[in-house]
Amino acid sequence: MIVAIAASAPAAQSKNLKNMKRISFFSITLLVALNLFAKEFYVGPGPDAHERLQEALILMEEGDTLIIKGGYYEFEDGLSLDVDNVTVMGEGMDSTILDFKNQQSGAQGLLVTSDKVTLRDFSILDAKGDALKVIGAKGINMINLKTEWTGGPKSTNGAYGFYPVESEDVLIDGCVAIGASDAGIYVGQSKNIIVRNSVAQYNVAGIEIENSYYADVYNNLASHNTGGILVFDLPDLPQQGGHHIRVFDNKSIDNDTDNFAPEGNIVGEVPRGTGIIIMANSDVEIFNNVMSGNGTVNLSIVSYGDETEDPNYYPHPKNIQVHGNTYGPSGFDPDLDTGDLAKALYDISGGNMPDIFWDGIVPFSQIILGQPDEEKLVIDEDNASFLTIKPIKYMLGFSNPTNTNKNDFSGEIVPLRAISIETF
Amino acid sequence: MRSITCCLFLLIFSSNSFSVNSNLILAESFPNKLSEFEFFLDASAQEPHEKVIPYELISTLFSDYSYKQRWVYVPDNTQATYVKDWVFDFPEGSALIKTFYYPVDERYPELGKQLLETRLLLRKKDGWKAVSYAWNESQDEAYKKIAGKTINASWIDFMGDERQVRYRVPNANQCKECHAAKGAITPIGPKAKNINKDFHFADGEFNQLNYWMKREIINTFPKDIISPVDWRDETQNINDRARSYLDVNCGHCHSRTGNANSTGLYLDLVETRDINLGIYKKPVATGRGSGGNKYSIVPGRPDESILLYRMESMDPGIMMPESGRALTHQEAVEMVREWITQLPN
Repeated sequence: MIVAIAASAPAAQSKNLKNMKRISFFSITLLVALNLFAKEFYVGPGPDAHERLQEALILMEEGDTLIIKGGYYEFEDGLSLDVDNVTVMGEGMDSTILDFKNQQSGAQGLLVTSDKVTLRDFSILDAKGDALKVIGAKGINMINLKTEWTGGPKSTNGAYGFYPVESEDVLIDGCVAIGASDAGIYVGQSKNIIVRNSVAQYNVAGIEIENSYYADVYNNLASHNTGGILVFDLPDLPQQGGHHIRVFDNKSIDNDTDNFAPEGNIVGEVPRGTGIIIMANSDVEIFNNVMSGNGTVNLSIVSYGDETEDPNYYPHPKNIQVHGNTYGPSGFDPDLDTGDLAKALYDISGGNMPDIFWDGIVPFSQIILGQPDEEKLVIDEDNASFLTIKPIKYMLGFSNPTNTNKNDFSGEIVPLRAISIETF
Repeated sequence: MRSITCCLFLLIFSSNSFSVNSNLILAESFPNKLSEFEFFLDASAQEPHEKVIPYELISTLFSDYSYKQRWVYVPDNTQATYVKDWVFDFPEGSALIKTFYYPVDERYPELGKQLLETRLLLRKKDGWKAVSYAWNESQDEAYKKIAGKTINASWIDFMGDERQVRYRVPNANQCKECHAAKGAITPIGPKAKNINKDFHFADGEFNQLNYWMKREIINTFPKDIISPVDWRDETQNINDRARSYLDVNCGHCHSRTGNANSTGLYLDLVETRDINLGIYKKPVATGRGSGGNKYSIVPGRPDESILLYRMESMDPGIMMPESGRALTHQEAVEMVREWITQLPN
């Protein structure tokens, strides 16, 4: 409301000064009224810091701000927040450090279960489980935060750094995620998502958008992960059918860390040296990214490979648009030991690994009748090598069942609309 | 004459002081001391006020081998109403009271107990509120703990071994993690099906539902209730035992409306779909909780089942449930192991 009034003020100025005065007076009164009961709390390091911080997180009220003073905090128990419309901030990700290496209880460092929460300017280190989990939030801002496992990539690290799930209006901006044994930044079963200006390094997956709708992932750096950026959809979950995902202006480079995910997890199948993977999503636009230094493949577009009896699940990617990206070296060190992707691609390409790979798998009816135009993969790239498998030839045992002519996939790019999220 | 007046005065005074403080149950904030509610005539002995009625559940949530005593308080002239497949709908001013303790020595109850905490669910005007009070060292008062508390406790178990635990009194948010359904706080235990069993009351042994009728804190319940079994009862079918245990220990979060519904793993009694029960279900966001295993439950292969791995673990990043437990429930692990072993492939 305040924002709207402030924005209208300049227009008023050109018309009538008196009118403008009245408007700004009105907006000031509103500001005062809204903030009359908003309080600021401070928590600093020292004895009982966990109890003081947790108590403040419970007792704070709508509109309040909790400031965690700079310093080093060692916690034995997890933290949680369940108050709507509050801000919890540190004094900088390198200044306010919440260290959980001696954690005895709690499945995550910090758990948030309320709406319209802003978290900013602190670090969560060495959580035993996930670092920052957000469940069911309508409105969550994560700004200039860091999650890290400080011992380097290890399968004993927690699964996720940033882990909003079943949430709406999710903003992750200016964050850093290091060392997660699943994904550094993971957004699952959510809607209206922006992940930007962030850095994900030395995770199994740098950034992963899973079973989610309407996401913009841009201006991020994903490097030295196993796989840089993943857009996945999985069956048997409350929200599936991931769609409308834009991945642009990112650098997914030098993803050269061996896969260290504990076995049993889907990201355990991701080969070292993957730039971007799109799996089983619809309406995905990949553009203006730099993909380089990825030893297996820069960009891979695949179906969900396992059997599922979920009648509501669609396992194939459709309407994927790829354009204007920059491709550096890839495929020079394929990770043949992890999952099936690298090995299958290596075998079928005779070791001549492409920049862009599509597995070519479509529903049986489309093998016969062809794909509808609106579901087709569209590629508009100048300098990228490409490979896809032709399913009929493959099934019939042709010696060369591949197609490497990307011009067969040229077509008009129909840009997806930008994502807007509700701000608060 | 003076002594008679004095006696009369004392009588009046004491009869006033021996009634539950209903105003505090309804108040917006929680008092600092448990005694202010006046639920107990003798707090140390946990001897309740006459209107505070003890009850038990058929199968209970594991809380690090602590013992639990439960009571229900419903204000005079009001009654809780039966709700199918759910907890009774208690009237405003009701309280559910649960004290957690360790006996000094499980073999010799007469040696006494260490009171840990008393958790309250209070039925306010706008719904339930949860709070916990931790007992002091002299065991004569319990104090409100909004942020929870760590109690390093120990006891001698049935085998004569000393057991130690870093017992956690939950904070107000952790109460909600389990006691939340459809966005509001709710009791879990006092469903008709869960209390459908006999209990030794001060005035004799009765089925608890009948006793609640007799005490007029409920006015009806159906006669054809299907109750869970006591998972410890080895005469019962192993499938019923396992499902009953998983229902009460996991199902409040792992259900289609619970906190863990994003996992697709649903362990409440009403779930029928194999994949959602975990059978050959791949993990979604399990991380190292998988223990290198591929499925939640592999029939016939308990040691390849993530569910059992997480029940056995004492690592906070792996173990289930996520809160309320620091020790492994060995007896339940063995029972669930038996269940998975005999599941048809």
